[in-house]
Amino acid sequence: MTPDRPHHILLPVRLKTIVASFALALVLDFLPWPNLRLVPEFVALVLTFWCVRQPRLVGLGVGWTLGLLIDAGNGVLLGQHALAYSLLAFLAISFSRRILWFGLWQQALHVAALLVFAQGVTVLVRLAAGAELPGWSVLVGPAIGAALWPLVSYLLLIPQRRPVEREEPRVM
Amino acid sequence: MEHSPPPFFRRGPAPVVRLAFFASLSLALLVLDARFHYTEGLRRVLAIAAYPLQLAATAPLVLGERIAAYFSSQSALRADNAKLQARLLATAEDAQRYRAAAAEAERLRRLVGAAERIERRSIPAEIVYAGRDPYSLKVIVDKGTQQGVSAGNPVVDDAGVVGQVTRVYPFTAEVTLVTDKDYAIPVQVVRSGLRVVAFGGGSSGMLELRFIAPNAEIRPGDLLVTSGIDGTYPPGLPVATVANVELDAAHSFARVLCQPAAGVNRGRYLLVLSGERRLPPYPVEATSPSERRRDKAPRAPRKKDQRDTR
Repeated sequence: MTPDRPHHILLPVRLKTIVASFALALVLDFLPWPNLRLVPEFVALVLTFWCVRQPRLVGLGVGWTLGLLIDAGNGVLLGQHALAYSLLAFLAISFSRRILWFGLWQQALHVAALLVFAQGVTVLVRLAAGAELPGWSVLVGPAIGAALWPLVSYLLLIPQRRPVEREEPRVM
Repeated sequence: MEHSPPPFFRRGPAPVVRLAFFASLSLALLVLDARFHYTEGLRRVLAIAAYPLQLAATAPLVLGERIAAYFSSQSALRADNAKLQARLLATAEDAQRYRAAAAEAERLRRLVGAAERIERRSIPAEIVYAGRDPYSLKVIVDKGTQQGVSAGNPVVDDAGVVGQVTRVYPFTAEVTLVTDKDYAIPVQVVRSGLRVVAFGGGSSGMLELRFIAPNAEIRPGDLLVTSGIDGTYPPGLPVATVANVELDAAHSFARVLCQPAAGVNRGRYLLVLSGERRLPPYPVEATSPSERRRDKAPRAPRKKDQRDTR
């Protein structure tokens, strides 16, 4: 299996890109979707992406804070997404080297497992709090999220892929 | 971690330590929220932080709707207008009769010295977005404490009771729908006067009457209205229609399924009824003063988490 190394060296990531991508993911999560069970958790997807790509910049703290925001915004039990996202960030950081070795679709398989795990954590928390079993449809969101992984990685790497041409020619 | 970094690269505490820290923090929050409800302040702050993002999320939709409304055809507008005029005429008569009846009832009540009912203020609200929680049926509306909404207010639409405000934030409020699994509402069968408690049926979108005696006066087609006994809901609002009465010899109770009267999953505009009837405190048998105004319907099971009558 050939490693999917980029053909050119990526620019260092800018903090602005990360913040903007998280804000966009939050907005997408808060959109009034008609059928919420079929919608992937965009924040989880973007969080996985940055944890895999930039494990030193984005980690558990970011995941926990975002999860708390999601909990409050959705009016659910405070802390369930925080728990799920910090676990997700931990796993994504632990497997970041391994995941980056594969091609985009094989990466998507890994991401599917991570997203299903995060969903499972929230389901367990809800069951512990007295909810009924949600049924198999909870797996649809993570599956669609994983299918979006190649698109997300392509889009989020665009800012770093820009060729360095703005540099002015130096006059020696 | 598959690879451990050399100790001379400083990376802060090890990931496992961080995970333990954040996981225990989350678990502590979960317990505090689920058991003790101590986190309302934090939730409010976070909700305010999330509010601009929610607004941004719904803004394109609202804009699209406005544009669509702008370009809606003249004939559609005129047809709508004619229909509304007809409905206005039909309801105007009802309204006048209601006003006369209300005045008369007030006079009579004063005669018998009963406590005067306070008039409720209705606050029109719009659903800004549905709760992203597949386990509970909640919606967020665009009116909050700033507009006079408070927790416990009933929410109705043009056909009947939609739900109840369970949490309020400064600019938004969370409405739990009548079909939510944890929801209970005291109702009365219009035909027979039987008082019962209706529970949400969860994702089925129905209401359920539990612990009904098999010989109770209830049959399909019966209309259920709020009984007004708990003081939270004004009496007489339509709640549901009985759809199915299951009599099973294996159980000692009948299971009654009801179709909600309001468009619980349709429509975007709701009416929040603020203001509350002040009732005398519950007699001393109650376990704690916060549990007063419990519904006094016969055979009503005591729910352990009766959020709606707080």
